[in-house]
Amino acid sequence: MALLSKAAVLLGKELRTEFRSRELLTTTVVFILTIVVLFSFTFDPSVSESRRFGPGLLWLAFLFAASLMLQPCFLREQTNDTLGALRLSVSDPFAIFLAKLAANTLFLLFTQVLLLPVFSILYNVPVLAAFPQLVLVMFMGSLGLSVTGTALSAISAQARMRELLLPLLLLPLLTPVLIASTEATAALLIPNPAMRWDWLGFLLGFDVVFLTALWLFGEYLLEE
Amino acid sequence: MTPASFSPTGIRFENIDKRYGGLYALRRVSLEISAGECVAFAGRNGSGKTTLLRIAARLARPSSGTVNFLSGSQEKLETQPTAGFVAHATMAYDELTAEENLLLFARLQGIAQPAARTETLLREVGLVDRRNSLVRTFSRGMRQRIAIARAMLNEPAVVLLDEPTTGLDPQGASWFAQTVRQLRDSGRTILMSLHGESEVSALATRAIRLDAGSVVADTRTGANFRSILAFANA
Amino acid sequence: MKKKILIAAVVVILMSFAAYAALLIAPTESKMGPIQRIFYLHAPAGMVSLLCFFVCFVGNFAYTLKRESKWDCLGVSAAEVGVAFCTVNIITGPIWAHPVWGIWWTWDWRLTLTFVLWLLYISYLLLRTLVEDPDRRALVSAIYGIFAFLDVPLVYGSIRWWRTQHPQPVIMGGSGSGLEPTMAKVFWFWFFNLVILMVFLVRERYRLEAMRGEVQLIEREAEAA
Repeated sequence: MALLSKAAVLLGKELRTEFRSRELLTTTVVFILTIVVLFSFTFDPSVSESRRFGPGLLWLAFLFAASLMLQPCFLREQTNDTLGALRLSVSDPFAIFLAKLAANTLFLLFTQVLLLPVFSILYNVPVLAAFPQLVLVMFMGSLGLSVTGTALSAISAQARMRELLLPLLLLPLLTPVLIASTEATAALLIPNPAMRWDWLGFLLGFDVVFLTALWLFGEYLLEE
Repeated sequence: MTPASFSPTGIRFENIDKRYGGLYALRRVSLEISAGECVAFAGRNGSGKTTLLRIAARLARPSSGTVNFLSGSQEKLETQPTAGFVAHATMAYDELTAEENLLLFARLQGIAQPAARTETLLREVGLVDRRNSLVRTFSRGMRQRIAIARAMLNEPAVVLLDEPTTGLDPQGASWFAQTVRQLRDSGRTILMSLHGESEVSALATRAIRLDAGSVVADTRTGANFRSILAFANA
Repeated sequence: MKKKILIAAVVVILMSFAAYAALLIAPTESKMGPIQRIFYLHAPAGMVSLLCFFVCFVGNFAYTLKRESKWDCLGVSAAEVGVAFCTVNIITGPIWAHPVWGIWWTWDWRLTLTFVLWLLYISYLLLRTLVEDPDRRALVSAIYGIFAFLDVPLVYGSIRWWRTQHPQPVIMGGSGSGLEPTMAKVFWFWFFNLVILMVFLVRERYRLEAMRGEVQLIEREAEAA
């Protein structure tokens, strides 16, 4: 319980700093928007074609955006050695990871929900029919991105060439998330939307596996 | 600072080794520091001062050996208290205000009345007027004040100061010396790493010189005392 | 030193015999023709690379718990040898595929899985080159290695599941299934050989890594002094 309340305090700090500067959110939204526009040149964005390529396009854009958005996650904590202050204040370092991955999940989900209508208008794919289901899929996908991404940003923050390294470490690891989220999203964008609970269950499995791994091994990443 | 609500605590380092990638940062360091001592660590950059303080703060784990906090009767404490730690870095968030920083760490440390404690500390370090300013806008001296306030949140019996005067202007340094004097006089145990002689070093009751990760001199009085501190300039 | 030469000699003799067996003892496959003989190298190399990645995981896991550099050496040795075998598997695949299917590559689940695995462990090796401090490098890469290995069944599951729902070119059934008895014998002989080769390579690479660690330490000590 102490773990959760401390994580909540820290989550409050993450949200507060982000909403003060809005640096991460604005850059991520613009980045995804750019990809969505550029993608329209690579195929004929008619309704049927968009239904075929759209879900993959969206998730690929989210994956790239996440690998950029997660960069500063732990790097920022090195500037004034605030990571040290956090470690002195919190007895279980998992609280630090928990707060950060919750914040990242919320940021990603926010950008996704914001960009979904834009995507819908630009590519003529109706999304309102299954909007709540889409949000659920996006939440599970974002959680998967954030759990692994937060852990790997703690890794890449300790290496050289970290800007390039994080996507390289993260993207192959996210293959299962890309496949499952794309398939589940695709099934919700067809004329008769259907919830693919099997893929959603798969995403849940992914999230649980890596959350457990982070719980077991995360603290080693923060020690000196 | 606030009246003593802590029990005097000493520290015992036993055979501390710290290796980074096979290289020794500290080699077989054994020290016994009694409650209430004000210890100045001197030595070149890379002599192991910072590492020793970070180990005492439990930020770094020794490769071997143990650190124990001792109550007055030199018995090991059952639960290890967290020492107050002031690093050379501010250890505060630039994007938060002074008050938000202190409140955040007070809540994280589970301090009973975070708002009241924050208020008290802001007053003690003289930052009440700037409580709503972002730390980003602070001068080095003000950053040091917020760092001290953060370290004192849980009223630690042991205070660790890692090169606290570096980069401070004369007024900042003299305010800082004043604060260290108060901490020392309140009976707290102080371990600080210093560069050269200064107003702050004059407060030390014991001087220890480290070289290449080992203790090479340790004295409480005499001519030696000053030479150890002065030598630190080398 | 003598022991090493002896083992190397045994490996060379076994491998020559294996090559002989694949080219001349095993019967020619009726539909695919002689090109099918590359299968004896292709499939076991893939299997041995998986074995290597498992050994790497064991090294990584043990390192995070014990922090002894020997486990780190085992991790990097196994990963490198695994990537080498995986590369052999990926290169021999298209050589076999082109004459048989008329295409170099298809996104069949097995090929895709191998490719993703290859990328994961290339990233692991890359990460190692970018962390300066040996202890940090060992710890950080060990944890990435654990994450990568946990990902393997998930990648397998997702790709397998996804591909079975989509139309795909029909490829031979599971390896070994319905193999003609002589072919099966040659196949398993190859597998056995490659495992020995793998053990030999991992051992040598392990020694090299341990030696490198020592040299690095001496260099750094000299610098510090």
